[in-house]
Amino acid sequence: MTNIYSSASEMADSLAKKEYSSVELTQQHLDRIADVDGKVSAFLHVDAEGALTQAAAVDAKRVRGEKLSPLAGVPLALKDILAQKGIPTTAGSKILEGWRPPYDSTVVTKLKEAGVVILGKTNMDEFAMGSSTENSAYGTTQNPWDLSRTPGGSSGGSAAAVAAFEAPLAIGTDTGGSIRQPAALTGIVGVKPTYGGVSRYGVVAYSSSLDQVGPFGRTVLDAALLHEVIAGHDERDSTSINAPIPQVVAAAKRLDVKGMKIGVIKELSGPGFQAGVSQRISESLELLVAAGAEIVEVSCPSFEFALAAYYLIAPSEASSNLARFDSMRYGLRVGDDGSKGAEEVMSITREAGFGKEVKRRIILGTYALSSGYYDAYYGSAQKVRTLVKQDFEKAFGQADVLVSPVTPTTAFKIGEKSEDPVAMYLSDIATIPVNMAGIGGMSLPVGLADEDGLPVGLQIMAPVMQDDRFYRVGGTLEAALLSKWGKPLLANIPELGGVA
Amino acid sequence: MTAISREDVAHLAKLARVEMTPVELDHMATELDHILSAVKRVQEVATQDIQPTSHPLAMTNIFRDDVVKPSLTNSEALSGAPAKIDGRFKVPQILGEE
Repeated sequence: MTNIYSSASEMADSLAKKEYSSVELTQQHLDRIADVDGKVSAFLHVDAEGALTQAAAVDAKRVRGEKLSPLAGVPLALKDILAQKGIPTTAGSKILEGWRPPYDSTVVTKLKEAGVVILGKTNMDEFAMGSSTENSAYGTTQNPWDLSRTPGGSSGGSAAAVAAFEAPLAIGTDTGGSIRQPAALTGIVGVKPTYGGVSRYGVVAYSSSLDQVGPFGRTVLDAALLHEVIAGHDERDSTSINAPIPQVVAAAKRLDVKGMKIGVIKELSGPGFQAGVSQRISESLELLVAAGAEIVEVSCPSFEFALAAYYLIAPSEASSNLARFDSMRYGLRVGDDGSKGAEEVMSITREAGFGKEVKRRIILGTYALSSGYYDAYYGSAQKVRTLVKQDFEKAFGQADVLVSPVTPTTAFKIGEKSEDPVAMYLSDIATIPVNMAGIGGMSLPVGLADEDGLPVGLQIMAPVMQDDRFYRVGGTLEAALLSKWGKPLLANIPELGGVA
Repeated sequence: MTAISREDVAHLAKLARVEMTPVELDHMATELDHILSAVKRVQEVATQDIQPTSHPLAMTNIFRDDVVKPSLTNSEALSGAPAKIDGRFKVPQILGEE
């Protein structure tokens, strides 16, 4: 019997044993989406026909006895920032409404080659600018743990889809925490790989020195299996690292941290973090010690300035990247009545097509890069980036991995921070340093906060291209938590039932 | 003292090719001032002796062989165009009257 509540690796095993077909499994997920997505709003576009066609092709190959990739036939939800040929790709913006890319992003090509079934495209903050999906031009996604709260963002649709059992796997992107923060807020596993570890060809660019594509899953092994499918060098992405993919699946299965040194970042703990978050993090560290790891405290004094630097660097790069939305070659065009010149049509289109936060960041970035202010703002931010990198280098001299909470609080209410940009930016305080240094990080669900019963995420960070380390620690801790709880964390999620 | 005036925002919006209504300009000026006062903290630690980092990877000039490979057809490349004519993008007037 198909079971949407099982993990992707269990589904893969059942498919391999021919206990059920990919068409059956895919149909069951499409039914689930039809049942619950009216409440969750994780998807912007569901491609039922395409998904069932992909599933049937995998089933046919399996019947013929062809060699298949480990995740062949398992369904997945794709963040709407990755180009998929012929499928609407909006990046959560009105300016791309109705655009159907004429090509596949490299990640989509790899998913298709591996036989992973793409169910549809998920909601996100417009151009990945946001921490709650409230900046999407197509409405907000609801957190399946509590529908009055946000699932985080920007990859909130992908995270909510996995937590709501609409898909066992999803793809997101992470520029300042956009995979790890929603994973933490929805109680699932989310990974931001090392910068350059996964190709960005065909991914709508936000901040090119920070953006990275990564996996979501309900278990560490599921995230690792998907990580191995999408990772690797791509000559079409000049920032892609030409080196072997870290052995993340083997690391996720290792279940042993004996002798590992785990560094707790002093500056990412204490009064700025919700008590229930800190409590679950401390208990996790005790479990790791019991498993044979050693805890050391490390100090990263410049992290205090990382958030400010990020909100100069990312808008600066965005103001340049978003210049491509000029209404000339694709996307929205408004006001072209024959009487206006190209620049005027461009300005009117960008006014109509971009949302408030996108405009805010374009203007902020234009300011930070303008002559007279460049050194004071963008230049200073780049120096802070150097300090953040140096802090990490020093800390990794003392520890194999570093840990912190992913977020200062559990999931916040929809509307709570949407009118205060600076308060919203603060939800990324613990995740941003990782992007600044280009290293990788994982969000692992480590329990529910006592105050509100909502999920808490532990962030585990490793040096460049040592992503296997956080899978090893994450897999070990996940197993220890599972034996403590007797059931997975997501077994506690309220049943969404059918559409109200 | 405010870091950014309404006139500054109007100028930046023009540079960035984003039309803004007077109401939007008012809001944006207030919000940006609030944001700038938060982010200018970077100046506290950005001393002369620190080298800037523009990118996490130390890589420059990634080349590949100059070989023609299959790419989009003309109709595929034009498939998302707001307007097209004779196999080309059709755009509003770019130069002046003549």
